[in-house]
Amino acid sequence: MMLRGMPAPVRLVASLAAAAVLAAPLAVRASESEVRLERAPIDVRDVASLQSGARTFVNYCLNCHSASLMRYNRLRDLDLTDRQIIDNLMFSATKVGEMMNIAMTRQDAAAWFGPAPDLSVIARSRGSDWLWSYLRGYYRDAKSPTGWNNTVFPGVGMPNVLWQLQGQRVLKEEVEKDASGREVKDGHGGVAKTFETVVPGTLSPLEFDVQVRDLVAFMTWMADPNQVLRKQVGVWVLFFLAVLVALSYALYKEYWKDVH
Amino acid sequence: MAATEKLPVTGAGPFNAVLTWVDQRFPLVATWKEHLAEYYAPKNFNFWYYFGSLALLVLVIQIVTGIFLTMNYKPDASLAFASVEFIMREVPWGWLIRYMHSTGASAFFICVYLHMFRGLLYGSYRKPRELLWIFGMFIFLCLMAEAFFGYLLPWGQMSYWGAQVIVNLFAAIPFIGPDLAIWIRGDYVISDATLNRFFAFHVIAIPLVLLGLVAVHLLALHEVGSNNPDGIEIKKNKDPRTGIPLDGIPFHPYYTVKDIFGVAVFLLVFAVIVFFAPEVGGYFLEYNNFIPADPLKTPPHIAPVWYFTPYYSILRANTINFFWVDAKVWGVIAMGISVMIFFLLPWLDRSPAKSIRYRGPIYKSALAVFVVCFLILGYLGTETVTEGRTLMAQICTVLYFLFFILMPWYTAIDKCKPEPERVTK
Repeated sequence: MMLRGMPAPVRLVASLAAAAVLAAPLAVRASESEVRLERAPIDVRDVASLQSGARTFVNYCLNCHSASLMRYNRLRDLDLTDRQIIDNLMFSATKVGEMMNIAMTRQDAAAWFGPAPDLSVIARSRGSDWLWSYLRGYYRDAKSPTGWNNTVFPGVGMPNVLWQLQGQRVLKEEVEKDASGREVKDGHGGVAKTFETVVPGTLSPLEFDVQVRDLVAFMTWMADPNQVLRKQVGVWVLFFLAVLVALSYALYKEYWKDVH
Repeated sequence: MAATEKLPVTGAGPFNAVLTWVDQRFPLVATWKEHLAEYYAPKNFNFWYYFGSLALLVLVIQIVTGIFLTMNYKPDASLAFASVEFIMREVPWGWLIRYMHSTGASAFFICVYLHMFRGLLYGSYRKPRELLWIFGMFIFLCLMAEAFFGYLLPWGQMSYWGAQVIVNLFAAIPFIGPDLAIWIRGDYVISDATLNRFFAFHVIAIPLVLLGLVAVHLLALHEVGSNNPDGIEIKKNKDPRTGIPLDGIPFHPYYTVKDIFGVAVFLLVFAVIVFFAPEVGGYFLEYNNFIPADPLKTPPHIAPVWYFTPYYSILRANTINFFWVDAKVWGVIAMGISVMIFFLLPWLDRSPAKSIRYRGPIYKSALAVFVVCFLILGYLGTETVTEGRTLMAQICTVLYFLFFILMPWYTAIDKCKPEPERVTK
């Protein structure tokens, strides 16, 4: 019944959809000069990675930035015991049920360093890819007040807090050319920005990337700590609903047998 | 007393006695028959006829999830953002309730837009269903108000600045505008006072009106009977013996079982979004709304949620100061008319045929152009303004209004096919 006798609307909708698809590019043509972001290679189900990220987070971020919506004992979800959390990850708090606050007041932080946003849900507003590209985008810049600049966030107020790990890099002035003299493009067709390490850090570039990956994974998990559970539950819900669709379809067809 | 005149209820097994008791004191059997068991609906409903019952389902989802959200939400400018995150993180299954509510908001608009489009396809607003359509339009207006008030509550940057932009529209009204805006906000800027009153509107005032309107919408529907994809009246062909329309079938059980199937499919799609992509790429939950509201920091790009973007585009498309009146005022007027003009549809349409199946090529083309314009305007409303986009929005705005303004003329001259006597399969 439902499918029969409706070619006119179907045709109409199909032509509408086609027209909308064709018209859309006309409407967008304007160029958007946003920074191209690299895809963050993270896995929020990798507990070891999240634990490592949590360690980096409390050591390097949680001094100036708070995560005031995140409770320390939520880290139990990362297979940590209260004892492990207290001994290894809690520096300024006294109870494991406290929020990840910092000693500095927001006003003082703003006056001394400029605004340092709360990081609880920063991965949801900025996106994991932005964080991954940003934390790996620092370079030395003599013109900046802090001596640091960033390819993803030009004129950034925060210096490179991971500099001891990463070392110090400068942006190469000239565009890299390949053997035939053409400019090297990045993965998205833009001109690749390349860095030159002037002072090496304590980690190799690969080790540094792994550490940043873990940090970004942790921040992504922290922004929505129920996301892993949500997807696990979702699979069961979909399974149940698929059965419901099948049964209700059979019921519908059975009842409608006598409608002619 | 009528109590003793009614026959006892039969066919309900062990419940016969209690139902008889109720029926002698309340029109239970009569209501059941009038609205379900003996409400005769055309037997040729198709895909488009699912969205009325689905909109009702979403209304129930929104009310139930809304009640549970209210138990933990704090309508206070200094606590609201954190209380929403508290629901997401610490309230058992709070994330599910919240994502159902946020997804439900968009689902409501999807269902209502498709429900209205169905009306355009098959002429469901035509005589004798004008009042039914008008009640439906009031539901749509309530829904827009409900969504607007609700969007402030998470107190993120988009909540705050979206409300700021919309309330400022009222300030554009000549003479009374600025005072009106202050009256709406209860302050000179969007503030705690605004949040409190928007909360009151969102959780009690608008839902009450909405429920009443849904009730009269259904009563009006059952009075005149449902339209169908052929756009002909099934009441014209009744069985002379029983008085039942020949092409009608009882709503219960036929359409109840069919709608249960529709509900199951809908819930499947709904669950995919709730459990696997609740943000829908920033369209259902905007990324910037995860930044707490900051009255001192205007975001560079303020975009309403997707369901308001077509009207937002119409608002922005007006860039000329006609007759010494500010372009912004014309924008507000155009936006208001773009919504309100739907009220006039029953009287603008003069086609001899109701359904698109028997209408001529002019109406089919006009509807196609209208829908494409609506979609393009919706897309443009999510984007920043450029010269090209403004031109595009202006063209689409003009075509949007021409669909209505020229309707009395083009529907009258359109070459329609003859309508059938009985519904087709």
